[in-house]
Amino acid sequence: MTYEAAVKKYQPTLGLEVHVELNTATKAFDDSPQEFDAEPNRSVNEVSVGLPGTLPVFNEQMLESAIRLGLALNCKIAENTTFARKHYFYPDLPKAYQISQASDPIAYDGYVDVELADGSMYRIEIERAHMEEDAGKLNHVGGDGARIHGATYSLVDYNRSSVPLVEIVTKPFTGGGERADEIAAAYVQTLRDIFRTLDISEARMERGNVRADVNVSLRKSEDDPLGTRTETKNVNSFRSIERAVRFEVARQAEILDAGEKVFQETRHFHEEDGSTSSGRPKSDADDYRYFPDPDLPPLTPDPVWVEQLRAGLPEMPAVKRRRLQKEWGLADLEMRDIVSSGALELVEATVAEGASPAAARKWWNGELAKTARIDGIALADLPVTPAQVAALQTLVDEGRLTDSLARQALEGVMAGEGEPHEVVASRGLEVVSDDGALGEAIDAAIAANPDVVAKIKAGKVAAIGALVGGVMKATRGKADAAKVRGLIAEALEVD
Amino acid sequence: MSDWMKLSALEMGEALRSGKVTSAELVEASLARIEALNPSIHAFLAVDAEGARATAKEVDELRAAGADLHPLAGVPVAIKDNIVTEGLETTAASRLLEGWIPPYDATVVARIKEARLPIVGKTNLDEFAMGSSTEFSAFGPSKNPWDLSRVPGGSGGGSAAAVASYMVPFALGSDTGGSIRQPAMFTGTVGVKPTYGRVSRYGAIALASSLDQVGPAARNLADAAALQDIIAGPDHRDATSLREDAGSMTDALGESVENVVKGLRVAVIDEILAEDYDEDVRANFERTLKELEDAGAEIIHFSLPSIQYAFATYYMILPAEASSNLARFDGIRYGTRWIPTDNPTPTVNEVMAYTRDQGFGVEAKRRIIMGTRVLRAENYDDYFGAALRMRTLVREDLEKLFEQADVYVSPTALSTSFPFEREVKSPVEAYLNDVATIPANLAGLPALSIPNGVDAAGLPTAIQVVANQREDARLYSVASAIEELVAEDVVECRYLDDYSVPAPARADREGK
Repeated sequence: MTYEAAVKKYQPTLGLEVHVELNTATKAFDDSPQEFDAEPNRSVNEVSVGLPGTLPVFNEQMLESAIRLGLALNCKIAENTTFARKHYFYPDLPKAYQISQASDPIAYDGYVDVELADGSMYRIEIERAHMEEDAGKLNHVGGDGARIHGATYSLVDYNRSSVPLVEIVTKPFTGGGERADEIAAAYVQTLRDIFRTLDISEARMERGNVRADVNVSLRKSEDDPLGTRTETKNVNSFRSIERAVRFEVARQAEILDAGEKVFQETRHFHEEDGSTSSGRPKSDADDYRYFPDPDLPPLTPDPVWVEQLRAGLPEMPAVKRRRLQKEWGLADLEMRDIVSSGALELVEATVAEGASPAAARKWWNGELAKTARIDGIALADLPVTPAQVAALQTLVDEGRLTDSLARQALEGVMAGEGEPHEVVASRGLEVVSDDGALGEAIDAAIAANPDVVAKIKAGKVAAIGALVGGVMKATRGKADAAKVRGLIAEALEVD
Repeated sequence: MSDWMKLSALEMGEALRSGKVTSAELVEASLARIEALNPSIHAFLAVDAEGARATAKEVDELRAAGADLHPLAGVPVAIKDNIVTEGLETTAASRLLEGWIPPYDATVVARIKEARLPIVGKTNLDEFAMGSSTEFSAFGPSKNPWDLSRVPGGSGGGSAAAVASYMVPFALGSDTGGSIRQPAMFTGTVGVKPTYGRVSRYGAIALASSLDQVGPAARNLADAAALQDIIAGPDHRDATSLREDAGSMTDALGESVENVVKGLRVAVIDEILAEDYDEDVRANFERTLKELEDAGAEIIHFSLPSIQYAFATYYMILPAEASSNLARFDGIRYGTRWIPTDNPTPTVNEVMAYTRDQGFGVEAKRRIIMGTRVLRAENYDDYFGAALRMRTLVREDLEKLFEQADVYVSPTALSTSFPFEREVKSPVEAYLNDVATIPANLAGLPALSIPNGVDAAGLPTAIQVVANQREDARLYSVASAIEELVAEDVVECRYLDDYSVPAPARADREGK
């Protein structure tokens, strides 16, 4: 069954658990550094690998990040919060328990407003956001595609062990209907923007800084109790989240249609074809034997400090977007293009450097977006700064560059030839504004094209374009085409 | 054989400073006694002759060069083998950790090294400190130097036996429910459990994190105080470590008995006294109480009903935390790994399970299984949750007691040292032996055991003194007065070259 058909027959209920790795200098419970590119088992010490006798010590920076995130998600902040031990055996979990939070998470009862592609808003309620440490990583060697199946052996890398995480758990959300997939992806994207705005995480999906577990269940109607859910683990791109939802909804609908029961389990997501496959059975009775970690005293965040953190929060992305759109006088669609292309910060910076919002938008969503697309890189990674773009625009505004000259100048800037004015000088790009020189070129063009001149005089004014082209060629594109057109019209005494 | 080892640690320090002896000589004397006596007593699991000699040499050279050294620099010491020593095998008396050479030092070990005390070796214990007799060591039991047919107590039987047989003047132990104090009684030595958090737990292989406390074992209180002064104090690696400076326990000693005891409010808890003590243990305790009273102390009887549940509370909390702390021993990263013999391609879960099956001894398994059940979600409220609430009650009751008393006292254990096999055959009876020592661990109180006589068989009895939280100095001060008051009742550990000689009967000492 297709997703579209499935959502006509069934109502999907979704729940998302999003893990974000915090960018603290050191780990959650020890002072080994957080380094992304370290060789396996280099960013560790005896605490992060859980050697006998070692004890965790809490990283205060983690608490601050978690509280700021909680506040940004409109959550209440716990007055008293503890760490618990969550037990399970796995080779990448060195203590055989993960330090997490159970009954009293640092933040709870919040919400996030998510903006969809058509500009409509959907509110997702947050049940809790809690702190925990990450586990290490298994590298399966000798098999097919680093899978455990067929591997001849596995290596354990503990660099990620005890990296600080915040897990954000939504309440189940319904009513998304056919847009459930879009809502899920947009929610995680909204979170990603918040993480970056708060500067608490690199939030790079491809590095696994942000990972989502997607819970899906179906029911016939709103009056029915929630159906049996599956949990698709570790989905780490927006598109994958969308695909995982679509696949699970369609798959479960088929099962229900056949009169069978959905099996409660965790599922793996497969990037290649967007499918999910059965993981391990998971029941609500999974027993992690939680209990308060006796090595870590309870935390009681000072309410005054929490209020200071609240006051110091940066403007959240959604609020900022609405403010800028209003300030810039852009249409909804224009603003969404800017946001979805990742150009918001760049446009903002370019405007701050003196360009008009319209011009800044035109640069970043036009010429620069094209270049980035061709080069296959992010806009922000282009070798040009908002200040340089604004400088180019200023030259255009001053009439010293035409649009096409400005594009050539940009090319020079990106080739590392210097600042815009230097490129203009070294490449000799400045508009020819010397009327004498222009006049000569115009006279030459008129003299060389008597047939065109005849057409124009006969009333085909549009043919002026051919003469303008000749002049532009003669000046190697450095003349202002509009001005040339005017001068020719004047010389031939037409309008 | 020279008899330098007869000296207390402080006397050794004195002899070193006055040049009567070198640290090298002390270390050789200690190593010689260990070599001679360890085969019969089995106090040590590992001896580090090379390391101890290196430290001794360094101390002697520094002293010759006039360096400013710690007063105890050069005095040999032993470490219970559940405390991690860099480069020196640490097993916690478990097969699971056999051959494990730690890459780091426990904070207490680092502090001992900083003071330059040569570490001669690692002492025996019940596996992962679970037991009351050291019979649950995977490497064989330690023997009681007073009578080799009897246990030295547990879990710190190795440290206590090493001290009692003069292999070292003092040693480090760990006390979760009495593991320093009960062996101290059984071996006629002094054992101290400081206030929870006073001494860092960093590097002490955790049994039950909220109860564990590292502390000294010695032949007298002054040596214990000196060792506590070396190891105590704030540690940023232990989040439960107390932040304030520990103060000097040595300074707390030495006040006159009269000054300390006059007007001292000494409590006895009815519910603890109602336990089933050996007759002589009780008699010696009553005598000590009388001596205290005669010296001017006020004896106050208290009823603290919650104390009756301390034992049950402890045996919920301890196995729960232990099951969690011992989960990391799975054969994946260090220690021993067992591969199922009948299964050539086991899954990782099968390897972990088989390793734990083969690696853990019977007592460890018993407590892990108990603890796992206690923490199950369906049992949590009834067992672990109830235990936590009970623990709060015990704490609150003890706080009330300390509003009216300076210390409370009890016999340290129900019985004197018992013969081998008793604990193995009757674990619950052995658990009960800790009934007097457990409340201090539940409430995080400083507590110690000092000898106060012998029983009819000539085996040492002891009195436990317990003070309010953070009042370690008062504890030492009061205990020191008691030590002096009971000095005549006490028989010193025998300094022998062969401990297989029968113990003297009580009758030998009549008419003293």
